[in-house]
Amino acid sequence: MTTPLNPEIEPAIRDFIATRLLYSDDGFKYSDDAPLLQEGIIDSLGVVELVEFVQTHFGVKVEQREVRPDNFDSVLKLAAFVRSKVPVRV
Amino acid sequence: MQFTKNALNLDPAREVDRIVQFLQQNVRQQMRRHGGVVGISGGIDSALVLALTVKAFGAKNVVAVMMPDKDSDSLSEKLARDAAIRRVVPQYDAAKGYKAKIVLPQDLLEEGTLNVFSVTVIAPDGREETKPLPPREMLEIVAATNLKQRSRMSTLYFHAEARQYAVIGTANKNEHAQGFFVKYGDGGVDLQIIAHLFKTQIYQLAKHLNVPEGIQKRTPTTDTYSAPCDQEEFFFRLPYATLDLLWFAMENRIPISDVAKVMELAPEQVQRVWDDIARKQRTTAFLRLQPPMMEAPATISS
Repeated sequence: MTTPLNPEIEPAIRDFIATRLLYSDDGFKYSDDAPLLQEGIIDSLGVVELVEFVQTHFGVKVEQREVRPDNFDSVLKLAAFVRSKVPVRV
Repeated sequence: MQFTKNALNLDPAREVDRIVQFLQQNVRQQMRRHGGVVGISGGIDSALVLALTVKAFGAKNVVAVMMPDKDSDSLSEKLARDAAIRRVVPQYDAAKGYKAKIVLPQDLLEEGTLNVFSVTVIAPDGREETKPLPPREMLEIVAATNLKQRSRMSTLYFHAEARQYAVIGTANKNEHAQGFFVKYGDGGVDLQIIAHLFKTQIYQLAKHLNVPEGIQKRTPTTDTYSAPCDQEEFFFRLPYATLDLLWFAMENRIPISDVAKVMELAPEQVQRVWDDIARKQRTTAFLRLQPPMMEAPATISS
């Protein structure tokens, strides 16, 4: 039996992007599948900050080769990436 | 438009004339300046700009200013930069002969990785260690390093203003459009005369104007860090011959399948480069902005 997927990951990512990268007072206003890089919602500096956030907040190590759009280009993709790095308890 | 590997070929004589007219018109008629000041690095861009400026105004009305790294890299910026590097690679010690450079991943075509800088430290015995740069260290290193470019800008303006000359920029299109310059540093100039030209085209004009062959053959480098670092490693992630053609194709909306075929790449590789170019342009758009200004206020009577 596996533990349920941690529901806290997406909210933490949304909150970080909204407050730290977008300076939003109204929270994260995009859908979880909005292409953050493609749409220019975050830029390259934002990616650097996201990498650090993922490492410090979730305790996962991010290899340079993993910093790709398919891992970082949306809240959903990033959450999936974080989950893939966190061991699942059985 | 049919896309081929010759897509960037210019008529160099015609382009030189066009640039010379642009220089004369803008410096004399618009700015009311008598000549030009050019910051020289030993590289092909500044050599070409110098040649063009001399062609426009005559050698008597042009000043070339060479500012070697050692003369424009103050102690305080070195200390700030080195402290940031040491937080990432603790054994780094410039006094003991360690060198460092900042690099981007070189796997853009294969992996499409994003632009996250790493620091490479080279020990005196030649061993290298590369680590990703956290945001704080990256920003501090960039800020410390940018001081050099801004001090060079001040020097160029000193020489220009003493003579009523204009400061002529030396950024090519690759540098200007992708933000590979320092705002009010090497980007602080009175006009840009080669910022519309791809690096590939810079070489065409340089050859036409007989820029010394040694300069034409030099690998474009960035003299920013203590370890030797070429521009491909530091920023562009691809040889310019490849980058320029892919970028030209992107700007001219050439179908990706046609581009892939000509460049002998997979379509997804072409897309990775196009995405990288677009991201760099977006991230650095603020560097090219004039400072925003407020509109005049409403007055009581209005």
